Amino acid sequence: MASTAEATGLRERLRPYRAVLASRARSQRAYRTNFAIDLGSSLLVGLVELAEIWVLFSNVTALGGMRFNQILLVFGLADLAFSLADLSFGHLDTLPDYLRAGTLDAFYLRPQPILLQLITSDISLRRLARAAVGAAALGIGLATAGVSWGPRTAVLVTLALVSGYATFAGLFVAAAGLQFFLLDGAEMTNAFVYGGRYSASQPASVWSRPLKLVFGFFFPMAFTAYLPAVTILGLPGTDWLPPWLGWCAPIAAVWSWLMGLLCWRWGLRHYQGGGG
Amino acid sequence: MSGAIIETGGLTREFRVRDGKRRRLLTAVDGLTVRIEPGEAVGYIGANGAGKSTTIKMITGILVPTSGSVLTCGLRPVPDRRRLARQVGVVFGQRSQLWWDLPVRESFRILAAIHMLSRAEESDRTAELVDQLELGDFLSIPVRQLSLGQRMRAEVAAALLHSPRLVILDEPTIGLDVLSKQRLREFLMGERRRHGTTLLLTTHDMGDVERLCDRILVIDHGRLAYDGDLPGLSRTVGAERVLVVDLAAPVPDLTDLESARHLSSEGGGLRQRLAFDAERTTAAKVLAAVSDKAEVLDLTVEEPDIEDVVRRIYAAGRLVTIVGSLREPGADLVGFGGADGGIAGEGFPPVVPGLNRVADGLAGAGEPAVRVGLL
Repeated sequence: MASTAEATGLRERLRPYRAVLASRARSQRAYRTNFAIDLGSSLLVGLVELAEIWVLFSNVTALGGMRFNQILLVFGLADLAFSLADLSFGHLDTLPDYLRAGTLDAFYLRPQPILLQLITSDISLRRLARAAVGAAALGIGLATAGVSWGPRTAVLVTLALVSGYATFAGLFVAAAGLQFFLLDGAEMTNAFVYGGRYSASQPASVWSRPLKLVFGFFFPMAFTAYLPAVTILGLPGTDWLPPWLGWCAPIAAVWSWLMGLLCWRWGLRHYQGGGG
Repeated sequence: MSGAIIETGGLTREFRVRDGKRRRLLTAVDGLTVRIEPGEAVGYIGANGAGKSTTIKMITGILVPTSGSVLTCGLRPVPDRRRLARQVGVVFGQRSQLWWDLPVRESFRILAAIHMLSRAEESDRTAELVDQLELGDFLSIPVRQLSLGQRMRAEVAAALLHSPRLVILDEPTIGLDVLSKQRLREFLMGERRRHGTTLLLTTHDMGDVERLCDRILVIDHGRLAYDGDLPGLSRTVGAERVLVVDLAAPVPDLTDLESARHLSSEGGGLRQRLAFDAERTTAAKVLAAVSDKAEVLDLTVEEPDIEDVVRRIYAAGRLVTIVGSLREPGADLVGFGGADGGIAGEGFPPVVPGLNRVADGLAGAGEPAVRVGLL
């Protein structure tokens, strides 16, 4: 049996995760009306957040050195990356529900790593609607903000989206890890997960220095959208956040996962009672 | 892999709990040393909060022991958790491992994928379990729509799908009706017979223990209070069954029966409760004796309540600790007789048979104390 398992390789190794995810996706689409309502409400949330920026710009012409369509680019990058991370990792910050239902104990009885089981235990397809808003904003931003097209831009956009996705995912993992300790931990972790998302869609140039430290570097939100956008648009950037940092988005993603895994490990140890 | 399937040595788990403003250390499992061989069926009983679940969580690698050692299937549960998961199946009576919104069949498919069963293994084993547990009628129904009895059978099948060597069941029959309980027990006995599966179950149901287990562990405040077979346990605590008879006409209390002891009467003697020792006589004999004296319309037999058995074990353990403190230092308690755990008189109260001295020492200045336990 061992040899056949090796022969089928990666595909076979992924079989447990595929089986769970496929069934989650199927069950969400099973009730069509319900799914349509979910998609609709998710779309609405995305549009409201976009409208917020639009309202702002009907009063000012520029914010933090960026015009409306340039901000659209920032918003699009941030919102698309966050929505996709939320789609696949969003359930991590409902960890207390898993603890209460005993689902986490069930994970211990299965031969896969706990975190991987948790990540692949659910998926929220309704976030696709929200991602569509982000994608649309990104498309309009790219088309109208005066982007010079070329391989450089394509690489930067891809780099920003992939890194942004990973950065937000790392935040969700950190949130899950911390909720092993915190009573009503969601209150606190929401502050940096959703606060992070919100700050990511703003131009970091309007932030005060303490804010730049917190959401620029500690929670590296500026790296998910603002900095890549500045690099793509060839803008001068701002104090502490020069445009070349846009290329460093992957480093921010690695840092975010480092924090996430550390929190997770810490939380899991706490749960098992093996000491901090 | 030879050797024990579960082996613990001085297994201890402490929890820090908040007690008002202060923090206090609670010892849930206290120096548990036990060895379970492959193929055994062990009942693990104790009051709520005695440490049963904590023990199971340490055996399966969910909790890290504070001290002591544990080997399950020859593996260290925490570092070797993933390898261990292939050999252990756990049923939590009050928690579900199935997917609430999916049909039972779909849950099995996912679990087969999780345990990396081949297509052939998956279909063979699923067919076997569906047949044995009679799941055929509700395979396509979502779990949330199942009755409790159906859900428990599906849970058991889910935990056993990967043919584990060790099956741990935490309150598997809680809330089930008599028929469902019986079916489940028969399945577990068959599974053990067919595959040599080791069973470890916690329960509050004496019927589970009687029909399924050939060895019983009683845990009290995290300590092992009894390790032996059921007859030994009944002897130790004098657990009796109760025959309740409804008679055709009121009869004076049946206090003169040889095989049973009169407990109480209702309706002026229309219904009488008679206690008897299942080790020495049978319900049929008691019934025959009653029938000689009165016409019996209806009858029920009450099983000894496991809570009661446990209470008696606990009471016995504590009583003897007190007795020990009355004795000389190092006095040997073996052989002090007496049929039950009650205090019969002052001075030399009877001691539950089966007791043995475990350890002794001086509790204080000039105060001899002997710690005893049941062996």
